[in-house]
Order: sequence, then structure tokens, then C-alpha cells
Amino acid sequence: MSQLFATAPSTAALADAVSRKTLLRFITCGSVDDGKSTLIGRLLYDTKLIFDDQLAAIEKDSKKYGTTGPGIDLALLVDGLEAEREQGITIDVAYRYFATDKRTFIVADTPGHEQYTRNMATGASTADLAVILIDARKGVLTQTRRHSFICSLLGIRHVVVAVNKIDLVGYSHVVFAEIEQAYREFAARLNFASITTIPMSALTGANVTAPSTDLPWYRGPTLLQHLEGVEVEADRRAQPMRFPVQWVNRPNLDFRGFAGTLASGQVRPGDEVTVAASGRSTRIARIVTMDGDLDLAEAGDSVTLTLEDEVDIARGDVLAPAASRPEVANQFAANIIWMEQEPLIPGRSYLLKLATRTTPATVTALKYKIDVNTLDQLAAKTLKLNEIAEVNVETSSALAFDPYAENRETGAFILIDRETNGTAAAGMVLHGLRRATNIHRHASTVDRAARSALKRQKPAVLWFTGLSASGKSTVANLVEQKLAVRGQHTMLLDGDNVRFGLNKDLGFTDADRVENVRRVGEVAKLFVESGTLVLCCFISPFEAERRMVRDLVGEGEFVEIFVDTPLETCIARDPKGLYRRALAGEIPNFTGVSSPYEAPKNAELVLRTADAPIDALADRVIDALIARGLIEN
Amino acid sequence: MSTPLSTHLKRLEAESIHILREVASEFKNPVMLYSIGKDSSVMLHLAMKAFYPAKPPFPLLHVDTTWKFREMIRFRDETAKRLGVDLIVHVNEDGVRRGVSPVASGSNVHTQVMKTEGLRQALDKYGFDAAFGGARRDEEKSRAKERVFSFRSENHAWDPRNQRPELWSLYNTRIRPGESIRVFPLSNWTELDVWQYILAEDIPVVPLYFADVRPVVERDGALIMRDDERLPLNPDETPELRRVRFRTLGCYPLTGAIESDATSLEDIIAEMLASTTSERQGRLIDSDEAGSMEKKKREGYF
Repeated sequence: MSQLFATAPSTAALADAVSRKTLLRFITCGSVDDGKSTLIGRLLYDTKLIFDDQLAAIEKDSKKYGTTGPGIDLALLVDGLEAEREQGITIDVAYRYFATDKRTFIVADTPGHEQYTRNMATGASTADLAVILIDARKGVLTQTRRHSFICSLLGIRHVVVAVNKIDLVGYSHVVFAEIEQAYREFAARLNFASITTIPMSALTGANVTAPSTDLPWYRGPTLLQHLEGVEVEADRRAQPMRFPVQWVNRPNLDFRGFAGTLASGQVRPGDEVTVAASGRSTRIARIVTMDGDLDLAEAGDSVTLTLEDEVDIARGDVLAPAASRPEVANQFAANIIWMEQEPLIPGRSYLLKLATRTTPATVTALKYKIDVNTLDQLAAKTLKLNEIAEVNVETSSALAFDPYAENRETGAFILIDRETNGTAAAGMVLHGLRRATNIHRHASTVDRAARSALKRQKPAVLWFTGLSASGKSTVANLVEQKLAVRGQHTMLLDGDNVRFGLNKDLGFTDADRVENVRRVGEVAKLFVESGTLVLCCFISPFEAERRMVRDLVGEGEFVEIFVDTPLETCIARDPKGLYRRALAGEIPNFTGVSSPYEAPKNAELVLRTADAPIDALADRVIDALIARGLIEN
Repeated sequence: MSTPLSTHLKRLEAESIHILREVASEFKNPVMLYSIGKDSSVMLHLAMKAFYPAKPPFPLLHVDTTWKFREMIRFRDETAKRLGVDLIVHVNEDGVRRGVSPVASGSNVHTQVMKTEGLRQALDKYGFDAAFGGARRDEEKSRAKERVFSFRSENHAWDPRNQRPELWSLYNTRIRPGESIRVFPLSNWTELDVWQYILAEDIPVVPLYFADVRPVVERDGALIMRDDERLPLNPDETPELRRVRFRTLGCYPLTGAIESDATSLEDIIAEMLASTTSERQGRLIDSDEAGSMEKKKREGYF
């Protein structure tokens, strides 16, 4: 067993030990009943990382919340938030720190229940090794398979199977051997480089930091010995160099540096590098740090590079060797884990952050979701909290990436909800999609500027949104008449009409509503290309889709017009008798009755049909178009 | 620079620098909360490294409770001058007018008014959208679950049940107007890491961390240094000169000293390795009630 820092060593010995020390980040997976928090409490306690005042505090807490009878409940050391202590569960990821003279350790302590899959994925994303707890009395369970799958998905290559509570099965070698065999059979389907199985008791301390005389048949290392010795550094230095530019450093006109953290590989002054997206090449001039210039920087180092030539480089660009560049594409296949209450809807616009680049993105295809307990592939239209799927992703601009299996830093991304700003998903790139690289835009000679000049107008989308029967079509119809009188070229797309043709295959679920608006947005965009003023009348209840159409066309070409009529007025009007039927429960997913309407917060124009006659409202739209310079007065 | 860094300190340093740069890149108006202590000294040193040869593109903010040790204030002003960085000092003048002090109002009210409310005032006054803090996850149980990028509502409140998942080194920096993010670049450092880094990088710290003969009185088991005349003495109390130092620094009437002979960084590290109490034990404000830090943080305390 290793010498712990129980007593103060000499300063020289200390300095020596410190300089050789490495860092291991690992995750513990298991549920409360498996003794996970107790195991971490035991590691901290045995490595003297628990101080007297903390011990006194948990002795007090043990009487109040403890679940281990008399004595100290070590789990209370790690269950931090008040709710967790009261309920005796671990809700969130907690990070713990301890050290021996060989290594320092960062432990991600994560919850084991299925409803906390996202928390486990979070802990696994930065871990090099996983300790998977199995209760010796219960053996390999569904949750063991789930934990192992998530660890494998997040790229953890080394696993310790901790067969805990071995004291409760009489320190049986047979039980241990059966569990080990069952686990190895299952794990053959996963992507682990090493699996180590250790019998232990976190409660008594057997085989956690000290060997136990009760386990004479076991000759392997204790858990701590294994953690101190295991080699996990997948050699990131040997991989091709990747340098995502994080910050452009320009203190004065004479210095232009590119700051960032080297994701993989090595870099030296004189090395030739290429900007992945533009293909421009140059050489590294200097590696600048406050402690002086370096001859070499390696994966994980945060440095500032200067280049020999003036090359256009901004945050989000990736520098790489010309001979082994990352893929550059705007479509790729990926695994994602959904992390928000609001489900994923294919076609909806999210923000995607990969390395130092953030860009709008949509999930274009949900290929299948994965049952985390059986690893079966299931068909799916949406993805709910904690569900995992393989999808295709399309970004609004091309970006540089590597498959996650080859590079965790340049192959991982998050999706951010554009309305709530929440982190909606974690993603891992599988591979770029060929069709993105083989389809190139064809530039036509007569362009949109030429087309709109011919029509003597600027094209735009006038997007009328509002509840059913709010008066969208009535106002839009009158606006189009007035535009026609003025000699403007227009087109009107109406929600009901497109459902007879273009969108006749779509229903009214959230997913179909999103697809409905997406198609209409693309059609409206084509009309804008032709130089036309396009009037669109769609309930379009979700802010995200209205924003998606806004992003499709150019700046100033989207005029959102909120036809704001109170629901009661719409119900009273009910020209098609739809509200009567919806309120009677005959029409499911009816906006305003059984499906939400998200009122626009930043519409260019709000028309209150209760306040003014239709003609006056139509004139307000015309005035707004003049004010925006879209049509002439 | 004095000694080469160990692999593990190099990795911690690189991670912190990455976090500092990420904030400078993605926020409009960041600020660094500077509390003068050892953690702030390390954080500031890392900021100098992250943006070298430029200066850090954000100011320092010190929320002065008016009860800090005089040596801390001197060190603060010298540091800002030596490094050439902008320093904003904010005092909750309303609290001063109301006569709030650790002596008259007790530690709870004093901390709430002069620190938590003072901080909120300063953040609102300057409209900062991101604020760096030197807190570490190993300090306290509720901190262990806080994100590196920790979201705050318009009212500066922290909701521990509703934190954004934080994966890899991909930080979600998106906020609405009025909301803000507290950022903790030292999240993954331990107290030992901090001292070893200070030693290896030769970073100046407030002399109060080193043992010296100082006038102290013993109250409720804590050694309180009488830094000025404002601290009233009980009838039976006379300050006695003892050889003491501080493991953490805060308002002097609320910060307990420890008896020590540690006069060098090496001594401090050796003493800490042999220690059986945590650093926050000297903080009288944490132990008021169970879960007290979580409660303070939800209200906007750093």
C-alpha cells in the first residue's frame, strides 16, 4: 500500500514527490444502495482528507440523517445539498478531491437512477476511468449495464468493477467469480480497453485502501493501489495537432497572437499549420507565455501562438497540420443525450457549440433512439429528457471537427436552447456526412438583386402569426390588395391552403407543426430570392420556428406581424366552428385550447384587432413597409 | 518563476487559463471579484498569464466591508499598482450609515449587508454580466456541486436544483439581459494545490498568512486579532502577544488565527499536510447552521 500524507514529510521529499505527481480524473457509478457515497467517503477518510471539524459535523448529521445505524455515516460527507441529505439520495454531480504521494484524484460522484442519466454523462465527460459499483448480493443488474453503456458512449476506456458488500455474501470467491464472468460477457459489446474487477466492502474498508485478511483468495491490488498505478493517458500528444483558436490577443499593433488550449498533438516554432476552414497555410513563429517563449507545446497546454504571415483567423477557427486536417462540413452524424424537459424536435433551430465555435444548427434526422437498459434501437420522432439517440446534424455554416472516438476535444458539442438558453443536449460526432461535401451551391447569373431591381421593390417575408380566427388571413388579404394597387409583386401563403398540397402529409403534433413551418419558410425564402413580397399567414405557435424562418432570410427581410386577438374573442368569432369542437375535446392539439401559443416578444408590428378596424390595421402594415424602405411611398 | 510545475499543477493551470479566456471571449462586461486572499492571488496571477502580453481585459472588484485587516488593504492597493490592473473598490454605504458591523450586528447581518448586498449593488451598478470568484469545490459541501459557470437570475439568486449540465470544457455562456454568470476558474483546485502553486510560481501573498507575533484575544475557542480600536474588549480580556498566522482571511473580528511557527511557504505546506482541521474552520460565518453556505449562496453570496 502506498504511503499517504498522514504526517508531514521533509520539504525536499515533498518537492520531489510533487513534481512527479500526475492527475487522474475518474467517475463512480452506482446507486445509493450500492454504497457509492460510502465508498467515496471511505477513500477520503482513509487518505486523511477528512478534517476533525468536518468529522464532527457529520457525526452530528449522522444522528439526524444517518442510515447506517450507530457510528458515522461516511456517505454524509459527500451528499452535499440539503435535499440530498434529507432524502438520502445523490441528485447532482459532485466533485471530490484527494491525493496520495503518487497521484492527485478528481472524483465525479454521480447519481445512478435512470432519471439522472444526464448527470452521469456530465461526470463521465471529463473522466478517464470509471468505477462501477455492483452489490455482491445482486450481481449485474440493468443499471450496471446502463452505467457501463453511458461510460463507453462518453469515451471512457478503463473500467473498475467494484464488487461491493462482499462481506454480506461471506467473502465468497464463487459469488465474485460469477459476477466477474457475467460482467465481462456483457461488456464485450462495449468499447473498453481494460476491465479490472475488485472485491471490496466500502463499509468495513476491505480492499478499498487496505487489503483484507477476509479475502485470502484475492491477490490483486486494492482499489487505491489500482487507481494510483493504472495508465490511462491515451496518448493525446501522438494524435494530429489541433488548436481551436479561443481568443485573439492584440495588445498593440505590433503583436497579434492566437490564444487557446492545444486539444491534441504537439506544436513547435517553425511548424507549418493550416486554418482548417479556409485552407490558408502559414508557419508558427513563436509560442508565447508569460514565463518566456516555449520550444514545444503539447496537448492540454494553454498557450498563445504567433504566426509568420498575416492570415485571417478568428475565434472558432482550428489550426492543424496541412497533411492531417480535421473534417470541414456542415452535416454530420452524431450520438446525442437529451438534457432538457422540453423534448428535441427535429427541424428546430438550436445553437451548437463545438470547441470554441458556436453556430445555429438543427437535427435533420432522428435515426433511432437507444434503450439504455437493453441497448436496443427504437424508432422515434422526438427525444425526451435523458434519452439517447443517433441523429444527423446540420449547422448553418461549415465547421471543423473530428470523430469523438478519435478526439474528445474536437468531437464533442453541446446544443443550447435558443429560448431558455439551457443546455439542451450533449453530442458526440460519429462522422461527417458525404452529401454535405458533394453538394455545392450553384451560383446563378441572374441573382436576387437583379430580380428585385426588375420589380422595383425589395423582397421580404411578412409573417402573420396569431391564434386561429385572430384575423391573420383577413388582414393579410387586405394588405395584399393594397400592395397590388401600388403595383407591387406579392405572393400569399396561407396555413390552411398549404395543407391541401405541399404539407398534406402533416398533422398537428408539435413535431409536425415544426416541419410545417420549416417547409413554408423554405418556400417563402425561394419567393424572396425571386424578389417577391411574401405574405405568410400561419398560427406558428412556437417562438423557435418563427426565429428559424427569420434566420433563413437576410437581415431586415423578415417582418413579424403579431395579430394579437384575445382568445375569448377568437372563441366568440369561431368562423369555422373549430373552437366549439376543440373545447368539446373533438380536436386534439388545438392551439390556445390544448396546445400552447408562445406570443412573440419582439415582433416588428403588433396589430390588436379589437382596437381598430381592419382597414386601419392594413394601412399600418403598409406604413411599416415604407418606413423600412421595402416599398416606396 | 522558481520551480517547474508538476503535471497535475500544469493541468490545473491550463484549465483555469482556458476558463478565463472563454469568459473574456464570450461576455461583454466581465469582472474579477478580488478578495485579497491566497485564492484571489492565484486567480489574478492566472489572469496575468492568460492574456499576456496584454493585460487582463477586465477590472478587479473588491467589495470592502470596512472590517478587513489593514495589511490586506495595503496589499490590495500595492498589488493593483504593481500589476497595472484596474481596481474598483465598492463599499455598501447604506450599510455603513446604518452602523452595520460584525461587532454591533453579529456575523450574519454583517455578512448579509456588507458582503452579499454590497456585491449585488456593485454588480448592478456597473452592469457586469460575468464575475470571476476564487471559490474552490473542496472548500465546502454545497460548493462541490456548483458548476464552473454558475448561472444567476436577475436577482443574483442561485438555484442549486436547476443548474445547467456542464460537459467537457464546453461552457454554456448564454444569458438574457440582467442575468449573469459567476465563474470559478479554481473549481478543481484544492487548498494544497493553491499553496504548492504559490510556492512554485513565487506569487506574493498577504503577510498575515505567515506566523508572527500578533495581539490576540481568545473568544469561543477562536483566536481573534485586534487589528484596530474598533473591536471592544470584554472586561476580563487583555490582548496577549502570541505567535499566530491565518489560514483564510476575511473580516478580522470574524477570522480565527492559529498558533503556528510557519514563516515560509514550505512551512505552511508542511503544516497543512499535518493539519487535522479544514481551512474554513477559522471562518465563524459558516458554522451558524447546517447547510448555511448553501443558503447564503442561494441569496447571492459568493
